Amino acid sequence: MSKSKSFLATLSAFLLTLIASPAYADYVFNLPEPVAPLTSQIYDLHMLTTKIATIIMVIVIGIVTYTILKFRKSNGSEADQNFHKGAFGTWSWILVPVIVLGIDLTIAGSATDALKQIEDYSQKNDVTVKVTGSQWKWTYEYMDDDVRIVSNMLSKEEAGDNYLRAVDNPLVLPVNKRIRFLHTASDVLHAWWVPQIVYKKDSIPGYINETWTKIEKEGTYRGQCAEICGTGHAFMPIVVEAVSEDKYNAWMAEKKSAMAAASAEAASDKTWTMDELMSRGEKVYNTNCIACHQVTGEGVPGVFPALKGGKIATGPVAGHMDIVMNGSSKNPVMAAWAGALNDLELAALITYERNAWGNNTGDVVQPSDIKSARK
Amino acid sequence: MSTAEQNYFIPEPSRWPAVAVVGLFFLVLGFALWMNGVSAGPVSTGIGLLVIIYLFFGWFGDVIDESLTNKYNQDVDRSFRQGMFWFITSEVSFFATFFGCLYYFRNISLPWLGGEGQLGVSNILWEGFTYTWPLVNLPDVTNYTQLIEPMGAGGIPAYNTIILLSSGVTVTWAHWGLKKDNRAQLVWGLIATIALGMIFFALQAYEYYHAYTELGLTLNSGIYGSTFYMLTGFHGFHVTLGTIMLMVICARSMKGHFTEENHFAFEGVAWYWHFVDVVWLGLYLFVYWL
Amino acid sequence: MSAVIHEDHHHDGPPAGFKRWLYSTNHKDIGTMYLIFALVMLFIGGGMAMIIRAELFMPGIQIVNPDLYNNLLTDHALIMIFGMVMPAAAGMANWMIPMMIGAPDMALPRMNNMSFWLLPAAAILLLSSLLVQFIPGTGVPINTGWTLYPPLSVQTGMGMDLLIFSVHLLGISSIMASINIVTTILNMRAPGMPFMKMPLFVWAWLFTGLLLIIVMPVLAGGVTMLLFDRHFGTSFFDAAGGGDPVLFQHLFWFFGHPEVYVLLLPSIGVLGLVIPTFSRKPLFGYKPLVFFMGFLFALGLVVWAHHQYTIGMSLGATTYFMIGTILISIPIGLMLFNFIFTMWRGSLTFETPMLFGIAIILMFAFAGVTGVMLAVVPADLQYHDSYFVVAHFHYALIPGAVFGLYAGVFYWLPKWTGHMYNEKQGKIFFWWTTLSFNLTFFPQHFSGLAGMPRRIVDYNIQYIEFNQISSIGGFLFGLSHLLFLYIIIKTVKGGEKAADKPWEGAQIGTPGLEWTLPSPPPFHSFTTPPQIK
Ligand code: HEA
Ligand code: HEA
Ligand code: HEC
Ligand code: CUA
Ligand SMILES: [Cu+2]
Repeated sequence: MSKSKSFLATLSAFLLTLIASPAYADYVFNLPEPVAPLTSQIYDLHMLTTKIATIIMVIVIGIVTYTILKFRKSNGSEADQNFHKGAFGTWSWILVPVIVLGIDLTIAGSATDALKQIEDYSQKNDVTVKVTGSQWKWTYEYMDDDVRIVSNMLSKEEAGDNYLRAVDNPLVLPVNKRIRFLHTASDVLHAWWVPQIVYKKDSIPGYINETWTKIEKEGTYRGQCAEICGTGHAFMPIVVEAVSEDKYNAWMAEKKSAMAAASAEAASDKTWTMDELMSRGEKVYNTNCIACHQVTGEGVPGVFPALKGGKIATGPVAGHMDIVMNGSSKNPVMAAWAGALNDLELAALITYERNAWGNNTGDVVQPSDIKSARK
Repeated sequence: MSTAEQNYFIPEPSRWPAVAVVGLFFLVLGFALWMNGVSAGPVSTGIGLLVIIYLFFGWFGDVIDESLTNKYNQDVDRSFRQGMFWFITSEVSFFATFFGCLYYFRNISLPWLGGEGQLGVSNILWEGFTYTWPLVNLPDVTNYTQLIEPMGAGGIPAYNTIILLSSGVTVTWAHWGLKKDNRAQLVWGLIATIALGMIFFALQAYEYYHAYTELGLTLNSGIYGSTFYMLTGFHGFHVTLGTIMLMVICARSMKGHFTEENHFAFEGVAWYWHFVDVVWLGLYLFVYWL
Repeated sequence: MSAVIHEDHHHDGPPAGFKRWLYSTNHKDIGTMYLIFALVMLFIGGGMAMIIRAELFMPGIQIVNPDLYNNLLTDHALIMIFGMVMPAAAGMANWMIPMMIGAPDMALPRMNNMSFWLLPAAAILLLSSLLVQFIPGTGVPINTGWTLYPPLSVQTGMGMDLLIFSVHLLGISSIMASINIVTTILNMRAPGMPFMKMPLFVWAWLFTGLLLIIVMPVLAGGVTMLLFDRHFGTSFFDAAGGGDPVLFQHLFWFFGHPEVYVLLLPSIGVLGLVIPTFSRKPLFGYKPLVFFMGFLFALGLVVWAHHQYTIGMSLGATTYFMIGTILISIPIGLMLFNFIFTMWRGSLTFETPMLFGIAIILMFAFAGVTGVMLAVVPADLQYHDSYFVVAHFHYALIPGAVFGLYAGVFYWLPKWTGHMYNEKQGKIFFWWTTLSFNLTFFPQHFSGLAGMPRRIVDYNIQYIEFNQISSIGGFLFGLSHLLFLYIIIKTVKGGEKAADKPWEGAQIGTPGLEWTLPSPPPFHSFTTPPQIK
């Protein structure tokens, strides 16, 4: 779809669809195609309630239309002053509720069945992923493999038509395996939602919610954060890459060795050059900080302070290290990063911030400095 | 057929509602500014309070005048009574909210954090946390202060229960006095009630002091402290209001107001006082004892 | 039916100047002020909606930054609900209830005035909570949505405190207004006006008032706890201190769900008068209507958690809330069908209030069936927080509440002003709003199903068509309100003289006394109790 589509064409197509079809005729007018047993079950339930709703509306519109055509004064209709006293008037107050109750119970019945499936957490899971929402990115931890990935939104240039629905590191999952998601958040509420594979559950800081799914089709599935979480709520996309089991295992092995290498590197007591730190720092900055402080380091006036020429970023190094590692005491939005990043990453990051965007303080922070600051 | 009984009573236009709004506006605006460290805050709150005090004298004064000059008929009296009843209903709902929260923490959310029930997995976020009530050890104490010892049910709280219960008796005794037209009993009953209310208040203040300085029980000591002060604090605030209202009707009784048939103000205050009493029983049971 | 209206003993018409309004103890003057206030708020809240729709016309961020967008969204909702629908309904209650039941005025006239004047004070606080963000150093703007969920609402800056106190004032105002209305209805009925003869509008407000008395304090308690978490170190909504952010949601929705019936019931009450009038036939099934309204009142109080299906409740709790919510279709279904049966075998004419009445039946039934779709838990796990919900509640709020108010305005304007409005303009207004309303909100069902979350300032290009239709519809809908304003001003200023009973069918089957008074009614409606025969 593109913007260039003429608006008029859309409008008429839309109106035509309205007239010609029940709402669910077309893919675009409905929930996206489900690819997991649970979402298919929900889809069917949704179709059931949609149909019931449509039938009820047809009946209501039908009766009302008949009434206003038939009983208008201009047709010479005389009001029947005793209608409400007849048998119908006496008994309709039981009749209508009983019929409505019947429909209600039909709906509730099939809903309860689906609900039991959804809430069935007793079976064995093949993969467990802890999904943590933070302002404004997602962190995925594979609980059995000790692998952790951070997933950030891609910029407009990188994402093209998928802007706001594309990320740098998608969550990779195997198909045909039972996957368990543990949802939590580090700061405020978020909600992880990929309609095709799993419905949404809230991520609540301090608490853990559970969902599960089994993806039946390989592919890329997209979603968005569904619970308002502040400034960047619109900018927290989710992408799941469902792959075959083999591909998943290969990916996992690669990820593990890369992570091992990174932590070994951080632990070594090598002294790093400014250039090395700058290029690493830029990467760390772009995955963790641009959501707020922006690529330009200029922040968002009044909301996120500029680091470019910022008081702390060009002030004493200790103060800079303190706010990045321990967070801001004034504003909880600026979180503590000491737990999420390793020594090398922090050192590179701070070096980068102090020298990028014309900050040119010339300061270099080494991993060892961070280590001692951690005490 | 247009006697006072037959005619409806409609008060003359009055400036008091507008004054009340101005007072409330400055009061809350002041709070909001004050909490954010704006120096105009306390000033605005002060202005609001002064306006509200002025208002009390003015509005109550008008109502008392009207009542004394017999402008009110049975209808008006009934309206006042029903109005008071619905007001107390809304207060019940207000306190029920806080009791509901206490229930929610103790029986639903804290067990989850401790690893039981529906959201029991949450416990992996708080390694080593177990749920006890009163909650002495928090999931994470970094941003809070450590509670040393919870508040017991004996001692001051128990005395306070006795005090409030007896104040319910004295106010009823005063009411009997009013009905028998025994002025002395009325006035002494009210004075006793006010005294008991003030003793209650003093003991409560002492208890807070003790909690803050010795028990480490503060607003900042986690959910036990939070619920404790929320419930007892709002109750204490209502006791204070009730005592002030008692003082007003006591002064009026001394001046010889109220008759056996016409004493809505007295009854309204008495209802309110009984309500405050009952809330305390709930508090004693659920906050201090169980 | 006749009422004995006595010589006006006080014979003190309205006092002159600003005192008439500021110091008023007159139910009609206070009612008028409520209605004017609501109209002003409609334009402010609607203006915010216009900015929202303009921002969403195209993908990308064009007009407002994300925080300002969220703040406008929050205030749009709060202003429309607390500033527009509730005051308008309270204004109608003030005007009509004493006249319908034959009372001289409200039970507690001075308190009545205070309930009204608290609203402008609260509105000033609310608008300053929006504006403080332009002063540096006041922290993050209110970017939470009207539900004010913590911990996000704990992060926000000074605006939130102003908003919390504004909510307190609004709460005090509604509680006092409700106490007043309930007391008036229970205590001030003229002799010969038993409960089971009260016009439906009076019944509807009785239940509305009771609901407000019960649920407003809960909201007040909730936001007070929020205030304490923000400034005094408590941990109600912080797990680290043993609290739970979700508790706030329970408190909010314990208030919030009954609140939607607070918005709905007054307009059901209006329908209960409008439909019989223009069908020239008594209301069908008056007793069941009253009875099921009571049922709705009770059920409405115990189903709040259907707004929170995604928080992780136990299977038992979820199932309970689901079934409870679905059952609400019974009382509301009965109401709508009774209105349809009232029209059945009637002698229908289609003046503006009646057009709105019929539109409400159709469009609110639609909102109701999408509501039942939302109530089904597994499906709601997909719909929740998407535009499907936005579509549902605008169908519920605009036909369900706002159109009911429009019907009431057109129905009673002749009584209030003494002039007939221009029927042709009224009809144009009706068709214009109804069509553009559907154009605005119908497509949102589809963008929601397609996966567009609500409360986002920028969206993926795949949702562009729906949003453009929606925005254009929204602008047309907004513009129609200028015609509304014009009609009102013109009718107040002059026009054809209205009879005491301008509608031929008014009063069939309802013994309300409002039509026995002249149009416009005297300053004091009744000074001695009228007799109903
Ligand atoms: C006037 C306001 C109003 C009214 C009357 C209603 C009425 C109903 N609402 Fe709605 N609702 C809102 C305003 C309203 N709502 C708002 C503002 C929100 C969003 C708040 C927010 O998150 O910001 C919301 C959200 C909302 C949700 C949460 C969605 C989510 O966030 O995931 C749900 C879920 O159950 C719901 C359900 C219902 C139901 C079942 C009714 C029922 O009362 C409807 C009953 C009526 C009928 C069913 C139609 C008539 C009946 C018949 C014709 C008989 C036959 C019908 C059947 C057998 C089905 N509503
Ligand atoms: C009674 C309540 C009520 C009413 C009447 C309305 C009326 C409208 N609402 Fe609103 N709305 C809510 C209650 C209401 N809303 C609530 C509770 C929310 C949820 C908030 C949240 O998520 O926290 C919401 C959210 C909401 C959203 C969702 C935004 C999001 O999630 O990101 C949108 C988007 O389209 C919207 C649009 C509109 C529009 C176009 C109108 C129109 O009907 C308004 C029309 C009226 C006017 C416009 C009058 C003014 C006329 C003029 C000013 C003349 C000038 C005209 C022009 C310049 C064209 N509303
Ligand atoms: C969720 C938003 C957010 C993210 C992500 C974020 N910050 Fe911040 N940052 C803030 C806010 C808000 C402040 C202002 C804090 C204050 O006022 O005390 C801030 C302040 C700062 C400051 C002090 C600026 C000054 O001069 O006052 C530095 C340095 C900083 N952040 C570095 C970082 C680094 C490094 C990262 C990434 C690892 C990061 N921030 C990620 C929101 C964020
Ligand atoms: Cu994260 Cu919205
Ligand atoms: Cu609801």
